[in-house]
Amino acid sequence: MLAGSLTILVIDENRIRASIIEAGLRDAGHRHVTVVHDVAGIAKRIAELEPDVIVIDLENPNRDMLENMFQLSRAVKRPIAMFVDRSDRASIEAAVDAGVSAYVVDGLKKERIKPILDMAISRFNAFSRMARELEEARSELENRKVVDRAKGILMKSRGLSEEAAYALLRKTAMNQNRKIAEIAQSLVTAAGLLGPLEGE
Amino acid sequence: MSMSAAHQITAGFMPLFDSGVLVAAAEMGFAAHEGIDLKLQRETSWANIRDRIAIGHFDVAHMLGPMPLACSLGLTPLASETIVPFSLGLGGNCVTVSNTVWQGMAAQGAASDLDPARAGAALGALIRERAAAGRREPLRFAVVHPHSGHNYELRYWLAACGIDPDRDIEIVIVPPPFMADALSAGRIDGYCVGEPWNSAAVAAGTGHIVTVKALLWRNSPEKVIGARRAWAEQNPEALAALLRALHHSARWCQDPANRGELAALMARSAFLGQPEAIQMPALTGRLQLGGGAERSVEDFFLPFDKAANFPWKSHALWFYTQMVRWGQLPHTPQNLAIARDCYRPDLYRSALKPLGVALPGANAKVEGALKVATPVGSAGASLVLGPDGFFDGQTFDPDRIDAYIAGQKRV
Repeated sequence: MLAGSLTILVIDENRIRASIIEAGLRDAGHRHVTVVHDVAGIAKRIAELEPDVIVIDLENPNRDMLENMFQLSRAVKRPIAMFVDRSDRASIEAAVDAGVSAYVVDGLKKERIKPILDMAISRFNAFSRMARELEEARSELENRKVVDRAKGILMKSRGLSEEAAYALLRKTAMNQNRKIAEIAQSLVTAAGLLGPLEGE
Repeated sequence: MSMSAAHQITAGFMPLFDSGVLVAAAEMGFAAHEGIDLKLQRETSWANIRDRIAIGHFDVAHMLGPMPLACSLGLTPLASETIVPFSLGLGGNCVTVSNTVWQGMAAQGAASDLDPARAGAALGALIRERAAAGRREPLRFAVVHPHSGHNYELRYWLAACGIDPDRDIEIVIVPPPFMADALSAGRIDGYCVGEPWNSAAVAAGTGHIVTVKALLWRNSPEKVIGARRAWAEQNPEALAALLRALHHSARWCQDPANRGELAALMARSAFLGQPEAIQMPALTGRLQLGGGAERSVEDFFLPFDKAANFPWKSHALWFYTQMVRWGQLPHTPQNLAIARDCYRPDLYRSALKPLGVALPGANAKVEGALKVATPVGSAGASLVLGPDGFFDGQTFDPDRIDAYIAGQKRV
């Protein structure tokens, strides 16, 4: 059967991540993909869509509610089980590590679900990596700013050149076995406490 | 510090007040004193706790009392053998309703006295009145999980008051921190949850507490420490050290002199992230019910006293009877055997023996038999149990399970 014949529901409050998953599923040929960000009224949506696969992020505090709903025949016609296969521990571990969980209707063949879960796992991991890199870049920028301010304070208060100011920060950091940004932050904080420097 | 610890243990918990014994064990030095580097990880759902225990991210976790049973009985999507060597306390839950439902109940004779029979009769009358007026939508109550003390005690209360929890009302699942919001938004009409999520609705002026777990079934089980069976078997010394650390922590949590410090600890954003003041009702048993009414409840929540940490097999078996009662699983000799083996008083006893503290001699008791606080014979120092009665006067004898299940069967 074609990949596109499966109906997939993605529940993720994180819109960016949800759209990354959705794009991945469409790239893989799935045409019936629905993304939901808010679980309010989800029972009705599930009853209408009758999804074969439900992908949900593990941060979502409503997982207990959803699992209970899957087990109630009133909301869902077909029983929904978890993951590809209960015996497939490697898949389960990889999914939990990545922060994603998948539920499938009973009786669906493992070969049809595995690629979907694998795709979700890799996209979740890619998203986490992206978020981490973004955070690193942001903190790198913050560090550079605070080091610049510390240099300015040293140049002003001790009459040093920019190079000498930086060398002093680096030497102090090495002696104390700390990061330059930490030393710079201490200096900026102390300067703030000691009075209006930097022309403030 | 972690380099020198003899044992590394990772524990999952949910942001609820009754994770306090586990949190204090890590934060107040009780774990370190036993040579344990105890790492706590906060979770967002019980499903996550269950998954991470199953795949080995967590060695132990703060769990709903019936949850390890459900895992071991294969009722959960990701099943794993989970055992209970320690209970995290008795009581601590309330039933809270919206102001509208409360007004309806008050018109039917409910008073701000927390009396379960009176409140249940009023709720039943209100439900019949609504039905007679042609209102199709049943009242909707929320609990935190299908396999929870909350679900079973709410259903027990309703059924004993002549309300069929499946036909006369609707029961849905809502995560604890969302309960008060769901109530004020009108998505639910009432709920059963642990503190501080009842006091939170009262403080917001959107809910009224109608009864409490401690009055439905006095000194009844709530959260437990669930341990992956394979981990417990491979690490008996680490587990025993953890149980001793938890024992000392529970004693510290029970001491009224430490209430302020415990509330301040739990208020931190890494744990509950809720103001200290809102945690005091759980600690003192002095509850604001709504509309200015106040009530003191004896034994509202016990983290240590009355053998609160002993994993009674009769508690596990009562949960089992309720799973059967509400159609979650069939009553078979195999299922009963699994339920019987899940709670492990033997592990609790052997870990605490070196401390010379009071330990119950039996593994199970007839629940509801003790009408007053009763000193019991035990190894070492003195121990007081009970009272442990159900509000409707029934008793549960774990040796007569068939009769108990048959007696609760719906006609």
